[in-house]
Amino acid sequence: MKNISCEINGIEVSVPEGTSIFHAAKEADVKIPALCYHPDLPAWAACGICVSKIEGSSKMMRACATTVQDGMKVITHDSELHQVRKTVIELILSTHPNSCLTCPRNQNCELQRLAAEFGIREIPFEMNVPEMEKDDSTPSIVLDPEKCVKCGRCVNVCQHMQNVWALEFIGRGDDTQMKPAGDIALNETPCIKCGQCSAHCPVGAIYEKDQTREVIRTLRNGKQTSVVQVAPAVRVAVGEAFGYEPGEISTGKLYAALRRLGFDAVFDTNFAADLTIMEEASEFVQRFAKGKGKIPMITTCCPSWVDYMEKYYPEMIPNFSTAKSPQMMMGAMVKSYYAEQIGKKAEEIFHVSIMPCTSKKYEITRDEYMYSSGQKDVDVVLTTRELARMIKSAGIDFAKLEDEKADPALGIYSGAGTIFGATGGVMEAAVRSAYNFVTGKNMARVEFEPVRGLEGVKEAVVDIEGTDVRVAVAHQMGNAAEVMNRIKAAEEAGEEPPWHFVEIMACRGGCIGGGGQPYGATDEVRTKRIAGIYADDEQSVARCSHDNPQIKAIYEKFLGEPLGEKSHQYLHTHYTARKLYQR
Amino acid sequence: MAYNQYILVCGGTACMSSKADDIYSNILDELDRVGAKQDVQVVKTGCFGFCEKGPIVKVLPDEAFYVEVKPEDAKELVAEHVVKGRPVQRLLYHDEDSKENAKIDDISFYQKQVRVVLRNCGFIDPENIEEYIARDGYAALEKVLTEMSGDDVIAELEKSGLRGRGGAGFPTHKKWLFTKQVEDEQKYVVCNADEGDPGAYMDRSVLEGDPHNVLEAMAIAGYTVGATQGYIYIRAEYPLAIRRLQKAIEDATELGLLGTNILGTDFSFGIEIRLGAGAFVCGEETALLASIEGERGMPRPRPPFPAVKGLWDKPTVINNVETWANIPVIITRGGDWFSKIGNGPSKGTKVFALTGKIRNSGLVEVPMGTPLRDIVYNIGGGIPDGKAFKAVQTGGPSGGVITADYIDVPIDFEHLQELGSIMGSGGMIVMDEDDCMLDVAKFYLEFTVEESCGKCAPCRVGGRKLHTILDDISKGKGKPEHLDQIAEIGLAMQRASLCGLGQTAPNPVLSVIRYFREEIEAHITEQHCPAGVCKDLVQYFILPDKCIGCTLCARRCPVNVISGERKQVHEIDQSGCIKCGECFEACKFGAVVRR
Repeated sequence: MKNISCEINGIEVSVPEGTSIFHAAKEADVKIPALCYHPDLPAWAACGICVSKIEGSSKMMRACATTVQDGMKVITHDSELHQVRKTVIELILSTHPNSCLTCPRNQNCELQRLAAEFGIREIPFEMNVPEMEKDDSTPSIVLDPEKCVKCGRCVNVCQHMQNVWALEFIGRGDDTQMKPAGDIALNETPCIKCGQCSAHCPVGAIYEKDQTREVIRTLRNGKQTSVVQVAPAVRVAVGEAFGYEPGEISTGKLYAALRRLGFDAVFDTNFAADLTIMEEASEFVQRFAKGKGKIPMITTCCPSWVDYMEKYYPEMIPNFSTAKSPQMMMGAMVKSYYAEQIGKKAEEIFHVSIMPCTSKKYEITRDEYMYSSGQKDVDVVLTTRELARMIKSAGIDFAKLEDEKADPALGIYSGAGTIFGATGGVMEAAVRSAYNFVTGKNMARVEFEPVRGLEGVKEAVVDIEGTDVRVAVAHQMGNAAEVMNRIKAAEEAGEEPPWHFVEIMACRGGCIGGGGQPYGATDEVRTKRIAGIYADDEQSVARCSHDNPQIKAIYEKFLGEPLGEKSHQYLHTHYTARKLYQR
Repeated sequence: MAYNQYILVCGGTACMSSKADDIYSNILDELDRVGAKQDVQVVKTGCFGFCEKGPIVKVLPDEAFYVEVKPEDAKELVAEHVVKGRPVQRLLYHDEDSKENAKIDDISFYQKQVRVVLRNCGFIDPENIEEYIARDGYAALEKVLTEMSGDDVIAELEKSGLRGRGGAGFPTHKKWLFTKQVEDEQKYVVCNADEGDPGAYMDRSVLEGDPHNVLEAMAIAGYTVGATQGYIYIRAEYPLAIRRLQKAIEDATELGLLGTNILGTDFSFGIEIRLGAGAFVCGEETALLASIEGERGMPRPRPPFPAVKGLWDKPTVINNVETWANIPVIITRGGDWFSKIGNGPSKGTKVFALTGKIRNSGLVEVPMGTPLRDIVYNIGGGIPDGKAFKAVQTGGPSGGVITADYIDVPIDFEHLQELGSIMGSGGMIVMDEDDCMLDVAKFYLEFTVEESCGKCAPCRVGGRKLHTILDDISKGKGKPEHLDQIAEIGLAMQRASLCGLGQTAPNPVLSVIRYFREEIEAHITEQHCPAGVCKDLVQYFILPDKCIGCTLCARRCPVNVISGERKQVHEIDQSGCIKCGECFEACKFGAVVRR
């Protein structure tokens, strides 16, 4: 693309054609304040805080929505702009509750930061904050419309990034609200609980349902054996809450922190990811090589994707892998295999999982298969954000923690398990094992780059000893339609399916960009977290799930063989068509 | 078939709501009864503009101008005027000053008007395409298709100096040129008929009275810029206009004036109607386009402008009804002719909806640059009841006031802007000494707050805050710092709102503060409303020396707080008074006073 040059406050910068003033200013090390703009979304141009001036024009233009032209001279800061921005911020503050101290976004709020940066000491205008009811109808997120600043991010994320359409602009003027159409509760809508709305909300109007108190209380009363699992994507992001760069791997500190919080056993979801691959890759081989079951097979690790498919594509249920997600496999193993090992009953174990995801809170009760131990296989899900708060409130100096190891029974993992945290990871891990299951040997080079990265839909072909396996990977729910439509079109035309194996994740970048991760995910941050995930893979002793010694052990001691009877009892599930609207 | 006489019955919405339909059918029945049906043609026309005196019936060639006609007058009209040739004196318009019966050309309401946009309104049957064609209709389209290139059309428009009539007055030829210059297989032409300013109805009248004029103009634009599809976005509250437009589209298509291979050429152009649900913001062009696309009517940032990236991201020419209505006549009579009408860079005429404290309210079309005095006094007939002129408000909720000091200012784009108002769509509301300027500003803000789409913060929150402040002031709760706050919020709204609605919403209040600061300050510092309008700031008293105890005020008081025996001095219990003013209006002795 052609580069153009323009001036930002007299500093000349060269940027690609089509760059907005907002981004061009960054090249001149100038930060333009904004509240509604988010780099994941097209400029919505609502808040009016990023206004800037262009020499030769009397108007103030929105920096987020105005592209720079060759030779353009932009003024981003002067006294008039400051006054206008400050007034706009004061106006917004006059409609926002002054309850920062008890807000889930305290110290992490984009509006609070603007108020601080502009040195606002009083709100000159009469406060007008109508009382409104919270919506906590889903197990995952809470909508608090009272705090909403109407930036539109959640609606645009829900509709355009995710293609879910659970949230809508309701009402007009100062009655405008962002909520489900028809004034129904969120759990009555097509909401898939991905929590991307909460991850993009600049204030405390949408947030994860906090269950830390429940965990702390149970840990303190000590009546049950407490067991925790940590998802792959948590280790490359939790550090951000403690000042680390995104992508920094803090697995060892995480284990240590969890022990200090009082967990009796610390396990790693990565182990269960390896287990998932054993089952899922075996299932794929059965469908692909032995013709048992529909092709393409589609992954089901992501509960938001499962929910989406059950609502929007129920006709694709036969294509879904019946393998449970790693979280639920771990839950089943903790309350059966591990319980047996330590001589406890399932109900004597309190099992918590730490997930990058708000939807995992929903997954643990989604159907009866999530109770395969006879109990809730997972008792409580905490998001990365909740865990970070727990660590802080327990007075743990995360940075100074010595690295520890997970408990070996369900805590050893291969590189294939850890890459589940990034888009394309499940596919890559499955390919590594499927290759082995068909050929009896490992790939010469286990890295499978075509499925990595932030491209919305990725396609690749794997050569398994002369047989081409076509795969596709999509992430960010809005990209699923393209893949599903092509599969359905081929089926309707009576053609060969475009792919044999498809991975879909609801969140952009995969779980590392999950709705429960620390705030501030942009593609820049996602890229760093993804790099951390692959670095963790490279430093792993075993790179393939089937090479994980503890995986071999669990099949020998407990499960028998993949897709065997016990596997079906504990590790597989079923799907049901669901209505888009629950009334 | 030749007719001896023509009876034109106004078929505009206002006259129709006063039973013009019945007048029309009664006249037909009467003509039938007296056997004159073959000699007299009865035409239901578009709006005559003189709505104050409607329903209007005009008889040609005698130029008899009947006003405030009732259905039961049909019999007399036919029996006297048609049969005996004697105009019905009691129904003819009488000039209030001269008291003489007037023909249309002698009526001062019409004398200073120049009808370009409204040239066919009140003359032709809008539902009969032949009548439009008979008045040079579709001649412009034919000329364009057979003799002119797109560039020629744009050059002609440039020569004419025509500027957009819907708001900011952007040169029309430039808009068209931008769209023409973009290379794209699909382009669109859109007519903005989402007229929404309080009191404005010129677009409705054009569409009701001369729908083909707009269709022809849109087809000309389609040819010029290379578009084959047009949309008319019209509010659903205009059922008559919609019906007539629909019929006009069907008739024009049938005659090959719309549709494929128009007039046997390669050019094809279709027009569809899209109904708006009545959101004011959908008159903003980007919100309008969003609404046509089926999206929520919310504005989008500009640039990119619709001319380059509009409907479904395609280059789109969008003009408002009045702008369109100027196009065909510019083509037939030439840009030079058009540019001779008007003042300075404001060319042509402007239609105003003249209302408020004015004797002749109605639709008036005057050359740009006509002094306000001519509009108010010559055309409008001045202020009723001998009250003093205070100001006019132009530009509706986006505009401002012009005071008596500026009554001789020429009304055009430039002068209005200088005075802090705008032309807007052409609402013109006259105010007299009884109008409180704070109340006027509050009214417009109430409107914009109600109609804000809620997307951008400056408009959504700022508008509400301004209204709250004005409301406080009107209730005696004003604070000295309020005027500074209004300025501060006003600036933020003007500079940081996303669309014209928010950017101009503070104009009415800022304008009122500019010209009537003392009046506003009186509300704040003295808790006094000089015009006696702000309820919470006025009290009604009965002067004991003037009250004769007639009891009329006590009987009229809806809340029974006036006490007093017959022939005794009455008294108002202030604690229960709702300040409705009934007693003030009722008293014939000047005993009730408002303070």
